[in-house]
Amino acid sequence: MEFQSADVRAMQADEFGNPGMLWVERGAALWKAPRGAANASCESCHGDGARSMKGVAARYPAYDASLGRVAGVEQRINACVVQKQRGDALPWESQDLLALTAYVAHQSRGMPLAPRIDGAASAAYERGRTIYFERQGQLNLACAQCHDANWGRTLLAEKVSQGQPVDWPAYRVEWQSLASLERRLRACYFGVRAEQPAFGSEDLVALQLYLSKRAQGLVSNAPGVRR
Amino acid sequence: MKRRRFLAAGIALAGLPAAAQRFQPPQDITPLLMKITGGVAAEKRGVEVVLPQIAENGNSVPLRVKVDSPMTADDHVKAIHVFAERNPRPLVASFHLGPRSGRAEISTRIRLAGTQTVTVLAELSGGRFVMGPAYVLVTAAACLDESLL
Amino acid sequence: MLGRVQVPPTVKRGEPFEVRLLVQHPMETGFRRDLDGQAIPINIVDKLSARIGDREIFRAEFGSGMAANPYVAFYATAEASGELVVEWSDDRGATGRVATTVNVA
Repeated sequence: MEFQSADVRAMQADEFGNPGMLWVERGAALWKAPRGAANASCESCHGDGARSMKGVAARYPAYDASLGRVAGVEQRINACVVQKQRGDALPWESQDLLALTAYVAHQSRGMPLAPRIDGAASAAYERGRTIYFERQGQLNLACAQCHDANWGRTLLAEKVSQGQPVDWPAYRVEWQSLASLERRLRACYFGVRAEQPAFGSEDLVALQLYLSKRAQGLVSNAPGVRR
Repeated sequence: MKRRRFLAAGIALAGLPAAAQRFQPPQDITPLLMKITGGVAAEKRGVEVVLPQIAENGNSVPLRVKVDSPMTADDHVKAIHVFAERNPRPLVASFHLGPRSGRAEISTRIRLAGTQTVTVLAELSGGRFVMGPAYVLVTAAACLDESLL
Repeated sequence: MLGRVQVPPTVKRGEPFEVRLLVQHPMETGFRRDLDGQAIPINIVDKLSARIGDREIFRAEFGSGMAANPYVAFYATAEASGELVVEWSDDRGATGRVATTVNVA
């Protein structure tokens, strides 16, 4: 079953015309640009991103020893920016962070999601699962009630999706920009009129980890396009 | 839609603009067409306007325009103008071609502020004009329905 | 300003071929408001043109009714191989340029 209209799906499949690819191109250029007090580019450590980043995003969110927590791709990029390049962290939803995330995620295109939920990641996974099944907000709805129990049915003239994280970061037509999965999840919280967790919060990363595990085996098409 | 504004006020979210649900009726685009044609009547033929029947979000709607023309030095399309009658600024874009363009065919993505008729006016060499319409149902209006979250 | 252009790998002399363009630009309409309720000022790409060598093959004026990250595809013909250059500017004077080779087989 398809959850986006034919036009939106065509935009995503159009390798040239997919607007998300503009951010991937920008990310590819940033990959080679020196940054921070170390004046180091991503390339200086990681070499050719198409090779070194292949399959990486498909494993995220992942436990990150340097941060002492489970982290999403954006947070891992910023860990490099701050710790290795010795620069200022890139703000959430900034053009540079979106571009680098899109570039890294794109290197997992065509590969199945395969996050780890054992060991140091297990607590975050359990937290994410709890959030997913917990009612919240003024509308008192849990993610599961729409995205497990009622996917495929129509709500406000749109088909309820399964809530899969596979194609993110994605170009959202409503926002007229590429956006992170975190921004999309925060919008879900708004959708049920719940307080939105802060960008980068443990709850949002935990939810992403649960969603990625739930989506295990689905193939990434990042950057996707969504209405 | 009113409920969304009430709830938004309730949790002090300034993100939803008060004008979000403003209804913009279609305008008469005849004066805009006449500015281009100089009063010459545009024949309603030879212009194919391809738009989806339903656009999920008016922020980006794929448009294809095909004008019947041999595209020779003596008989070609000089310009294609796109009008959206319910947009706050109805003239969307103008595309200029020439005898060596090969085909009078344009594809693009436009914004549509609500369900409406899109009118395409083509300027031909020799001072003639042709035009064609297409009607689109738009679920979320560009420019007027806004979600920043 | 980032943009991309695509033409077929080879084209036949005099035969129409499609040129595809995608420009990264928010095409701010001037109607949106930020989270404090302030109107975000208009900022759009308003002029774009393409040429092969010195010959202009396409020109466009965009209004705020063009979608963000504007996409346009048009047709052109070529008698000989050459460089296809696309240039555009926005209403603040920012410019962009992208080029590719047209190979006439």
